[in-house]
Amino acid sequence: MPADSAIIRIRGVEKRYVLGGEADVLALRGVDLDVEAGSYLAIMGPSGSGKSTMLNILGCLDRPTAGQYFLGGEDVSRMPDDQLSEARGLKIGFIFQSYNLIAQLTVLENIQVPLLYQGKDVRSHFESCLELAKLVGLGDRLHHRPSQLSGGQQQRVAVARSLVNNPLMILADEPTGNLDSKTGQEVLDLIDRLNQAGKTIVLVTHDDRVASRSHRVIHMKDGLIDREVVNRPLGPRASDSPS
Amino acid sequence: MLTFQFVSTVRLGIKSLMLHKLRSALTMLGIIFGVCSVIAMLAIGEGASYEAQEAIKNLGSNNILLRSLKPPDQARQQGGSSPRGMQLAYGLTYEDGARLQSTIPGVNRVLPMRIIRENVRFDRNEVPCQVIGTLPSYMDVTGAGIVRGRFLAHLDEQHAENVCVITTGLARRLFPHLDPMQHAVKIDTFYYRIIGILQERSQPEQRSQAGAMEGQPLDNNVYIPLSVSRTRFGETLIRRSAGSFEAEEVQLHQITVQMQDLAAVETADPQIRTLLGRFHDQNDYEIIVPLQLLRQAEQTKRIFNIVLGSIAAISLLVGGIGIMNIMLATVTERTREIGIRRALGAKRRDITTQFLVETVVLSVGGGLVGVLVGVLTPLVVSQLTTMKTIVTVWSVLLAFGISGAVGIVFGLYPASAAAKLDPIEALRHE
Ligand SMILES: Nc1ncnc2c1ncn2[C@@H]1O[C@H](COP(=O)(O)OP(=O)(O)O)[C@@H](O)[C@H]1O
Ligand SMILES: [Mg+2]
Repeated sequence: MPADSAIIRIRGVEKRYVLGGEADVLALRGVDLDVEAGSYLAIMGPSGSGKSTMLNILGCLDRPTAGQYFLGGEDVSRMPDDQLSEARGLKIGFIFQSYNLIAQLTVLENIQVPLLYQGKDVRSHFESCLELAKLVGLGDRLHHRPSQLSGGQQQRVAVARSLVNNPLMILADEPTGNLDSKTGQEVLDLIDRLNQAGKTIVLVTHDDRVASRSHRVIHMKDGLIDREVVNRPLGPRASDSPS
Repeated sequence: MLTFQFVSTVRLGIKSLMLHKLRSALTMLGIIFGVCSVIAMLAIGEGASYEAQEAIKNLGSNNILLRSLKPPDQARQQGGSSPRGMQLAYGLTYEDGARLQSTIPGVNRVLPMRIIRENVRFDRNEVPCQVIGTLPSYMDVTGAGIVRGRFLAHLDEQHAENVCVITTGLARRLFPHLDPMQHAVKIDTFYYRIIGILQERSQPEQRSQAGAMEGQPLDNNVYIPLSVSRTRFGETLIRRSAGSFEAEEVQLHQITVQMQDLAAVETADPQIRTLLGRFHDQNDYEIIVPLQLLRQAEQTKRIFNIVLGSIAAISLLVGGIGIMNIMLATVTERTREIGIRRALGAKRRDITTQFLVETVVLSVGGGLVGVLVGVLTPLVVSQLTTMKTIVTVWSVLLAFGISGAVGIVFGLYPASAAAKLDPIEALRHE
């Protein structure tokens, strides 16, 4: 059904947090959204407007209580837990505000974690992991622990990790929220480069300057998309190759 | 690929445990003590019951032993006023032997024995011994073995030959430098030619008699024909005790009844009691049924094993609870890591496996150390004491298996608790 190049297609998605009777929270109240393959989408909005809820559903960490979500043409809104896990591992790369590296693992091992859960042999992917580490500028830090790295470096490890299974898209929840502006710039530049290379990006931010890097910004309010701003058109190269 | 994943899971588990070395070691202690105590206690129990069973088996499980006993004091007064005068007559008689042979069904052989304490001399050597007058069937009934020469024969018995067979231990003591064969030893005033040397097995019935005479080696036995014992020593023995003389008349000191099979032993036991009871008005004999002793020993061992098993089970249970406690704390502590892994594609069962592997590494690690200590402990015990210990393979496997099982059983709950965590909640956890 959802043909063309829309990598994300959301129809009437609701998220209700059941707290009992009147106290229920309707965090999303029927959202429709399409995201083109290769596009760069920023989500903005006041606190409590449903951005994180939205991103959790997009990232298959959560299921909508109503509506449909097609990810790469596949309806994931009713998937059982195991399939959702697989979808997360294969199709989505996460970048979190607080980096979320595993403290007892080295840089290299952190990058390799998503491989493990796809049953891939870490040794045969060593080269590609090394490539990724170099891509984010940490080729010489492979055996460092997260605690030995700066915040910016940690976030770059997270970027490398998000790419290791070559996912359909990258989801980032305020990736620069914990960084000073200079290192934040570096991480954002890295994300820009990924997008230029064809990766679809969805990013939540409070910062207009961050949002201005995207193709399109949606502003959320009370669980709905309030308005939408197109910064620049999607480049021809990305829309030609939807994979 | 699966095995690779497994290996890296195990490696990850060890790595996580190494982050808290002291905590992991303390957690393992419970299992170490549990496994160690299972192995050590079973080894000591096994050793003790092995010794008991060997001793009983040497009596012969087809045999029933009857032994003369000096009757208790008041009975002796009556004996003193008996027609035999001042002489105390008690114990088993030749007639008892004949009656047993003729009336009890299933009897194979009846072996009478006279056991007299005398010093045996050769040259300047003199050794206190048991001089046992018995029949050639002694060999079949007791299962003793001849090392050299031969045992007493029927002709020796018929002709009341002054020949004897001595045990290896006695041969060593009397003849430190000579070949004892065909030499004659002196017992009392007579000489007996040595015709054979016997390998004596440990026999508790003789041991207990020897125990009465302190400081006697157990294996100083001289065997002579029963007829010789009867004529040379007579049936009356005079013993000097505390300044007064005491005369005792004992015909036979022991009768070993060899039954045809184990079933016959069971039925014959009460029959023998009835028969002897009819002809003995005083309590001057005892009946020992090795088969019953063996059964008792086995029963005791079974109870012992159950008690040990319970103690071990409790200590392993406690160890397991310790592990569960720590793992639950670990899961809470690592909630965020669980959330991260779930976000990166880990399925519930991946998380379960991760924590289960960690628990099993703890318990199996503890199990390995416990096996090591548990195998060494009995060695040390038997070095320091005279206790015999036997470490059986099955006790090691059992203890090790249980430690693994404890890991799985007590790890399952924390692991499934970890897997049940909602990824979003877990990621939000500080
Ligand atoms: N687990 C939850 N249980 C109940 N209410 C929740 C839960 N998570 C979020 N909410 C509510 O849903 C609404 C949207 O929250 P969220 O998506 O976190 O907003 P944002 O990220 O835009 O600040 C808020 O009103 C919040 O209180
Ligand atoms: Mg939020």
